[in-house]
This record gives sequence, C-alpha cells and structure tokens, in this order.
Amino acid sequence: MNWLHHLIILPILLPIITAAALIPVDERNRTLKGVIAFTSTVVVFIISLLLMRMAASSGEGETGASVYLLGNWPAPFGIVLVLDRLSALMLVLTGVLAMATQVFSMAKWHRAGYHFHSLFQLMLAGLNGAFLTGDLFNLFVFFEMMLAASYGLLLHGSGPMRVKAGLHYIAVNLAASSLFLIGVSLIYGATGTLNMADLAMRITTIGPESRMLMEAGAALLGIAFLVKAGMWPLGFWLPATYSAATPPVAAIFAILTKVGVYILLRLSMLLFGSDAGASLGFGQSVLLYGGLLTIGFGAIGVLASQAMGRLAGYCVLVSSGTLMAAIGLGNGAVIGGALFYLVSSTLTICAFFLLIELVERARDAGADVLAVTMEAYGDVDENEDEKEGGVAVPGTMAVLGLCFCTCAILLSGLPPLSGFLAKFAMLHGVFNPGSFGGDAPVSGAEWTYTALLILSGLAAMIAMNRVGIRTFWTSIEGTIPRVFLIEITPVLLLLATCVFLSFQAGPAMRYMDATAKSLGEPQNYIGRVMSAPRAGPAGGE
Amino acid sequence: MELVLSAGIGVLTASGVWLLFRPRTYQVIIGLSLLSYAVNLFIFGMGRLRVDAPPVLEPGGVGGLLTHTDPIPQALVLTAIVIGFAMTALFLVVLLASRGFTGTDHVDGRE
Repeated sequence: MNWLHHLIILPILLPIITAAALIPVDERNRTLKGVIAFTSTVVVFIISLLLMRMAASSGEGETGASVYLLGNWPAPFGIVLVLDRLSALMLVLTGVLAMATQVFSMAKWHRAGYHFHSLFQLMLAGLNGAFLTGDLFNLFVFFEMMLAASYGLLLHGSGPMRVKAGLHYIAVNLAASSLFLIGVSLIYGATGTLNMADLAMRITTIGPESRMLMEAGAALLGIAFLVKAGMWPLGFWLPATYSAATPPVAAIFAILTKVGVYILLRLSMLLFGSDAGASLGFGQSVLLYGGLLTIGFGAIGVLASQAMGRLAGYCVLVSSGTLMAAIGLGNGAVIGGALFYLVSSTLTICAFFLLIELVERARDAGADVLAVTMEAYGDVDENEDEKEGGVAVPGTMAVLGLCFCTCAILLSGLPPLSGFLAKFAMLHGVFNPGSFGGDAPVSGAEWTYTALLILSGLAAMIAMNRVGIRTFWTSIEGTIPRVFLIEITPVLLLLATCVFLSFQAGPAMRYMDATAKSLGEPQNYIGRVMSAPRAGPAGGE
Repeated sequence: MELVLSAGIGVLTASGVWLLFRPRTYQVIIGLSLLSYAVNLFIFGMGRLRVDAPPVLEPGGVGGLLTHTDPIPQALVLTAIVIGFAMTALFLVVLLASRGFTGTDHVDGRE
C-alpha cells in the first residue's frame, strides 16, 4: 500500500475539483479556463498511463486488479474502486480523446456558450468513475453524472436543432435511467448486494425464485446500457443527436457509447462468465443478434446518409454493433481483437467528427440538399463552376484530404492501418478460438458476423468515397476553409495514434489478449476485491 | 400493504409510460416524473415491507435488527430522488427553450 495506490482516486477527484474551481472564473477569461482545464486533463492522462503500467505489471498470471476502498470500509460493505487492465485501458483512451477535443474546442467552440470547460471536466469525472467503480449503485451515480454533463454539453451552442435533439436525448436517457434503477434494485432485492464481485459470488448460490428476479433485473440493467450503446431498436436517437452536437462535443461523445459497451462487457464476463452456474451466458444471444442487427442497420444508414455528421453517427452504430456482437460470441479470442477495435474505432470516429467541421467550412449550407438533387437529376450545372479558373489544391485542402483518406481507410478497415488489424484480429479469433474455446465448428452466427463485418467495411468505403469525391474533387470553387493549427493538430495527433497502434500492434495486442484472458477468469477479480486489505492503522487490528 | 404498494407502483408506471409516449412536451415531463416516483417506490419496496413494527428504538431499549427492514434501499432512494429531481428541473429548462425556439410545445418542434 504505497502512495501510488492512491492515484486510483485521482482520475475522479481531479476533474471534479477543476470543474468546481473553474465556475467562479469569469467567462471572459476563456483561454485561461481552457488552459487550466487542459492542464488537469493532461495530469489525469499521465496518471492513467501510470495506472495502466501498474495494472499491466502486477504479475503475469493474475488479473492485477488493484482495489481502492473508499472510506476504508472492507469490501462488500463499502464502495470500492477497482483498477484492472480493462478499466486502465478505458481511462487512457478517455484521456487521449479528452485532450484532443479540448484543444480543438479552444480555437472557437468553447465561446459558443457558458461553462463549457466545467461541464467537460464533470463529464470526464463521470466517465472515469464509471470505468473505475466496482459497485452497481455507484455506477449509477457516475453514469448520471456523466449524462447530466452530456446534456449540458449537447445543448452547448444552443439553437433550435440542438435543443430539439437535446429534448429527445434527455427524454430517452431519463427513461433508460429509470430502467437502470429498477434493474439495480431488483438485483439488490434478489441477492442482497451491490458490490459486483460479491454479486458474482452470490449468483452461483441463489435459489430459483431469486434467480428469476435477478435475471429480470440484469435484463433491465442491460437494456439501460444497450440504449446508451445504441443497439438496433434502441439506438434511433443516436445519429440525430450526434450530428446536432457541436463538433468537439460530438467527438467526445464517441466514448459515451463505449461506456455502455464497457459495462456490458464487464458485467457479462463477471456475472455470467465461466463460473456463473445456472446463469451461464445469460443474455449472450441478445447481445449477439442485437449486435448483428445493429451492424446491418448502421451499414445501411452509412450508405443512406448525405450529411457527413449523420454518416459519422451511423459509423458509431456500426462500431458499437460490432463490439456487442463480439461480446455476444462469448469467445475470449474475439474479445481481445474487439478491445483493439474499440480503441482504434473510437479514436477514428473522434478524429472524424472533428475533421467534419473543418471540411464543412468550405461548403455552403445548402450543399447537402444540392447533393441529393444532383443524385436524383444528374449533374445539371456541371459547367457553371469553371469561371474562377482552376486553383491548384491548396495546402489546407491537401492536409484535410489526407486526414479524410486516413479516416476512410481506418473506418472501412483497409490495410495497412489499425482498423484492418482490429478486424483481422477479431476474425482470426472467430476461426481460431485456440485456448479459449476448443475445436467447436464455426457456427452460422459466426459466419454472419464475419460477413457483416466485411460488408459494413465495404459500406463505409463506398460512403466515404462518395462524400470524399463530392467534398474534395468537385468543390474546389468553394472558399478554402480557414483552419487554425490548434484545430488540425488534434485531428492529426488522433490519426497518428491510430498509425502508431498499427506499428505497435504486437505489444498492443498482447495487452488486449491479456485483458481478455483476465476477463475470462473472474475469480481473480473477485478474490482481489473480497480480500482487499484495509489501509492505515485500523487495518492492523 | 403489499397490494396497495404494488397497485400504486403499477398505476404510476402505467400512467407514466402512457404520458411519455404523448406528443406534448408537458405530458412527457409529467410522464417522466410519474415514472421516477414509481421507480422510487419500487426501490423502497425492495427493502421489504414491514408493518406494526417499532421504529429505531423500542420502549426501554434499542430495537433489534430483526424488527427492521433493510435500510440500504432507503438510502439508495434518497440518491435516486435527488438525481431524478435535478434531471426533471433540467428537462423543464430544455422544454422551455424548445418552446421559445419553435413556438410550439410539440416534441418534434412542429405540429
């Protein structure tokens, strides 16, 4: 129990303190506020990296879960924070996205409304808390904290479109939160505990009547997270909301769907994993088929969307559908690849949301409507635009175009970048379960998954090609967008991270596989939580 | 007692869900409020019900643990009430903003 152990609480505390400290600062000092908030985010990111090292280094054979007892109460009675490889990975990913979007927002978007940086920090605190907590009700609190901040951020910049999208988003999420509460209280009523590790132990021993209630509770809880993750019949709110939000907000929202996926992964592996007894694999088929339908729906949406914001929204759906189906396959080898995909696709979508705004500055507002008409009636005014004389592709457009191409390659999963490696790793897992599943033949669902994964990549490729041609090749006559260095740098850095992941795929995949392996052995996690030593002089009694 | 509580939760939930699906923002917010009352009662009920039992203290001494219901759901419900209340207030503001922008109280901003 050294000082490093106390770092676990900081990713939650530091953003809350920063958010509170920023509120009294006058709104005219926006740059100052931004710099303070950004410093705090960087510190949290460095702490997350330290935590990741801590989680990865503590023993090869074990999970390496570090447990932090809040208020120093022993495990099943007090609330615990649990840091293992998975939560450390999510913390680092959140940190990268947060830094990028925060820098981007400082160019101009944080001026669009009040308290942008405070809300942003509060959302980070909620996100980090949701990734770290080991208690179901505490998860609800952090989830609500994250959502409350996200309502504010979605409305940032105001305007009829955002208020309308916000109205729908808040109503959907409030209803989902009610389901969350019902689920949590049913689970508590049936098992008498809210601690996830304790719950995983008790699930094996409860009687049949309680089991029925517990499973009903788990199903309701699952629906709440599936709404967040955007599973097919529950995700219609998502593209409209994401495309209405201001660009930096939409970019950080890319991680919000992953919170749903993260909790589904955590709970299904912990509660209904290998030791679950009668409830083994509960809900897996829902995740699998729901995920497959989501990929299909998302791919059709990608093909159908004209505006780039909606296109990116449907890419979010495809990404979370892929992850849900991967969890539903219940194959540890796929989970490893899926985690790699999670990181790669989240970074890409975040970069894409930021890039869209830069690219669209060059286009006039009616361009999307025009594009639809042009699709329908043919290019009527093809010759009208040549009067200004051919301007060589300027530097800005070249950089934007390069970023756009990289996004397209990453989103559609073409070699050589990390999008391809992630999909390859997942498909490799499907066909070579290896130590995780033995030699079972490849099932129909797995074939469907393979086909949908490849087809959704094709759909993304077609849609990105079409949008790219319309934006970069046919509209040179448009004004060259004024892009500040502070805006393009985060996009470049996010994409560079993806390229870096492609080169360092070996170490990254080893980390992901070790994470998947530790998720497949929940008894280690449970053991660590239940035997966590109390700190300080009281612990010696 | 069980019957009263479960009927109460059922009626509140049914009205809440029905109102939630109505096209007017005011109906939606009332629906969400009713739903959150139902959920709060439900969490409360998960601590089990006990009637004719003494409160914390019995005459002449401290009450035994066996005579109490589980206090944790009552603590949880407090948190849920606070969060639900805050969210309702926020939704109310968004509702007014939407009315201001569109001039109508339809959830889609147009009739």
